[in-house]
Amino acid sequence: MAIWNPEAETMPRSDLLQLQLERLQAATNRAYKNVAFYRRTFDELGIVPEQVQSLDDLRRLPLTTKEDLRQAYPYGMFGVPLREVVRIHASSGTTGRPTVCGYTRRDLKVWSELVARVMTAGGVTHDDVVQICFGYGLFTGAFGLHYGAELIGASVIPASSGNTERQVRLMQDFRTTALVGTPSYALRITEVMDEMRVTPSELSLRVGLFGAEPWSERTRELLQSRLGIRASDNYGLSEIMGPGVSGECEHGCGMHINEDHFIAEVMDPRTGEPLPMGEEGELVLTTLTKEALPLIRYRTRDVTRLDPGPCACGRTLMRMARVSARTDDMLIVRGINLYPSQVEAVLAEIEGLEPHYQIVLERERALDEMEVWVEVPAELFRDAVGSLRRMEERIAERMRSVLGLSPRIRLVEPRSLERTEGKAMRVIDRRNQSAEGR
Amino acid sequence: MLRVTSAVTYYGRVQALKGVSLHVGAGEVVAMIGANGAGKSTVLRTITGATPAARGKVVFKDRDITRLSPEQIVALGISHVPEGRQLFYPMSVADHLLLGAYRWPRRLKRAELGQDLERIYELFPILRERRSQTAGTLSGGEQQMLTIARALMARPKLLLLDEPSVGLAPLVAREIFATIGRLRERGITVLLVEQSARAALNICDRGYVLETGRVVLEGSARELKEDREVQRAYLGRGYTRVEENRS
Repeated sequence: MAIWNPEAETMPRSDLLQLQLERLQAATNRAYKNVAFYRRTFDELGIVPEQVQSLDDLRRLPLTTKEDLRQAYPYGMFGVPLREVVRIHASSGTTGRPTVCGYTRRDLKVWSELVARVMTAGGVTHDDVVQICFGYGLFTGAFGLHYGAELIGASVIPASSGNTERQVRLMQDFRTTALVGTPSYALRITEVMDEMRVTPSELSLRVGLFGAEPWSERTRELLQSRLGIRASDNYGLSEIMGPGVSGECEHGCGMHINEDHFIAEVMDPRTGEPLPMGEEGELVLTTLTKEALPLIRYRTRDVTRLDPGPCACGRTLMRMARVSARTDDMLIVRGINLYPSQVEAVLAEIEGLEPHYQIVLERERALDEMEVWVEVPAELFRDAVGSLRRMEERIAERMRSVLGLSPRIRLVEPRSLERTEGKAMRVIDRRNQSAEGR
Repeated sequence: MLRVTSAVTYYGRVQALKGVSLHVGAGEVVAMIGANGAGKSTVLRTITGATPAARGKVVFKDRDITRLSPEQIVALGISHVPEGRQLFYPMSVADHLLLGAYRWPRRLKRAELGQDLERIYELFPILRERRSQTAGTLSGGEQQMLTIARALMARPKLLLLDEPSVGLAPLVAREIFATIGRLRERGITVLLVEQSARAALNICDRGYVLETGRVVLEGSARELKEDREVQRAYLGRGYTRVEENRS
């Protein structure tokens, strides 16, 4: 399989570590010089940039959080004057003030290059017709993959998200070979295909690149079989750059991080202490070449593991495991920590379920009540009542033994849970509302 | 080929380098640019052992040379062309070149030495014409070529060049840079210090920007040329724009 930039992606580790150190020192010097936030936090902690004498010294530097970015709204964390910024993106801001991300001309170039690497690893070539079903707008997903695909020389369809029937028609008429979007929206597309009686064999699809939300192996299998594609995972976040941080190669054993532009660490989300290599924790990223929004030790809130071991594809870049959860998605139910992705993992083990679920939390008499709504195939409702109840019991039993919680299970008909065109809504937490109501 | 890791170097009590890391790959031409006093020449002196690093490391071809003497380092194949030409004015051009090969005479047969000289004269045709003249009678550009040629006679694997264009007329400087470009074709690796950022970025593969003893930017020559900060500070572009914004 092809490698977009073999010189960078297969660089001997020792050369890569030297390059990382050089870039880290330059980036720290620039951040201290140009970003008031870093100058202040460094000064408060009595740190000077030249204390970074080795890559291990990175952990002596302070962490940066999304809250810091919000405080600096809109441009306070920029490392260059606004006139050098040629693009501005922002997070949705559904959970507070939006965070604003700027790009210089060079940042955009690097972005395209890194996404081209990720897409090449995912199997995209210049012969592909790439349909981008991410929403074009302030969100970085669509533009990042758009640039990467263009740089590779593929034919790009900026379909954006929504109007799913049209998406299917585009796939048919334009002979789309590569589908790009969130995994939950791709699943939605497969449902609409069913409704329109379109089979994968009528399409030209070959590969799919999915990201922007946690998803399971089971979802991958479903997408692969229902669309007739090889589905790969890729990772990124707007604050760091957008897509292009890491992506899976053909071996599907984790996402290769573009380490010549980012340094990855994993830490304990509660203590902020770095964890030994290979342990699961919160991913912390440092940008090495970003000009407009340089970030030192940014807490991504994504939970993953790192693997520096060699990969059969020849890339020497370290891999990160599929994101298993987000630290800010963590729910506390009756004192037990719970990630929605854990519920998804339990459901994925059980045959005969659709990959659509929702967690509903309410408070009844000061007690948390948790319900899990799961779609099951319509046939199950036509069967004897017993088969529905057996399925409920099976799920409840697995939840009890794996999660230590006994949620009420509600089996619902296919397509009865709300679909989104972007990231899926997995949790409905009504606990505060129900408390107020009383 | 060469790796400098977090070098900290002092001149007396003055800290000239505050943790400089850089590398030069085999066959690369790498430039260091920056203002006067940024520490560019100090990096070269740290590599050659003239002013060794107090902390940090210099590794050449997988060998730690941080604590070696300048003589040992030259013997490993690093030649330094310092700023200022440092020629012996009453001595002939040819003798200067033979002097450059001082480490070889016993091991090299006359014929081989002649071949080396021939290659040098191909690279610097003007030196062939002037070979029996004394160095003092050469022009500034010719003198600069002679210093580079003398260093090449030592058959270095890595050539360190300090401000090769200083004090030369623009046309002559251009000729010097063209010659440095040709060194690359001969497989000689070059680390170049230059105040004339534009000229340096035109012939190098990669570059580092130094400021007060620190690296603040690194990248390919193209990236650095396109960088607005480099353009403003070192290439003399963008001043009108700044003025406009102020008014």
